Amino acid sequence: MTGDHRHGRSMIGRIKRMMAKSMHGMLACREMDDFMVDYFDGKLPTGTRLSFDLHLRLCPRCREYVRGYRKSMELARRVFEEPDAEVPEEVPAELVSAILDARRRQD
Amino acid sequence: MSDAASSQPALPADDSALVERLRRGEEAAFRELVESRGPRLLAAARRLMGDEHEAQDCLQDAFIRAFRAIGRFEGRSMLSTWLHRIVINVCMTRLAARTRRAEESIDDLLPGFDEDGWRSDAVPAAERGVESIVAEQENRVLIRTAIDQLPENYRTVIMLRDLEELDTAETAEVLGITTTAVKLRLHRARAALRAKLEPLFVESKS
Repeated sequence: MTGDHRHGRSMIGRIKRMMAKSMHGMLACREMDDFMVDYFDGKLPTGTRLSFDLHLRLCPRCREYVRGYRKSMELARRVFEEPDAEVPEEVPAELVSAILDARRRQD
Repeated sequence: MSDAASSQPALPADDSALVERLRRGEEAAFRELVESRGPRLLAAARRLMGDEHEAQDCLQDAFIRAFRAIGRFEGRSMLSTWLHRIVINVCMTRLAARTRRAEESIDDLLPGFDEDGWRSDAVPAAERGVESIVAEQENRVLIRTAIDQLPENYRTVIMLRDLEELDTAETAEVLGITTTAVKLRLHRARAALRAKLEPLFVESKS
């Protein structure tokens, strides 16, 4: 299954629709999208998780989509966890003073 | 970090003692709060603001709010969690007020489906590894810019859930929306970000 054709008009698309009708719980790609957040949170109910995994095995487009989705989440995290964004040893002394001075002015 | 009061364990002894001293207006307690909890909160402000000066301003605002509100702190969450929430709220407010470049609509970035619910577009293979992508400084700038250019609601939910690692319920509380709305918004935000970052992880065949 190369996934290069519009599914609705290809032999592959017809096979998938036949399978979807005969296999209880077979998800369509749009439903995979609906479950994406819960999938990545590990919160899909077991039956849904099995259907999700089955769809990934059968659908190369969703397989690559999920792979890219996971990668872009990881890329975002990595960029925000750069070494210069680690927890500093201490708050700069001038900032501590500024905070305490501002508090006193509020009294 | 549950807010269920009935099953909430007591605050750690040192948290309770510090809160008492803060409520009494003890000057040394204010300094202790800033020096002990400040570093982690400053790191959070830096992540959210992406600018040192703004991060420090947000930290100062957050502590002033915390000092004023300490009388209302009921100990249903850890003191550090409460402070983290205040920092997030201060940063979110400041980010909303920032002058931004034109934000793109995300509709064009979301995947399409045909009438049977199958993906209507080919999806290129996500071959390139995360390590090789982030090794290039230019790519790190591109990634940060991609997040920055998301419409504010979507940028915020990605920052809170994926970067600050709040759970769905906490994010809903910060944003004042339902958990269902958080999940929907998060999925659309992640899908839009995936579309923007796709050129980075698809191997170009030159």
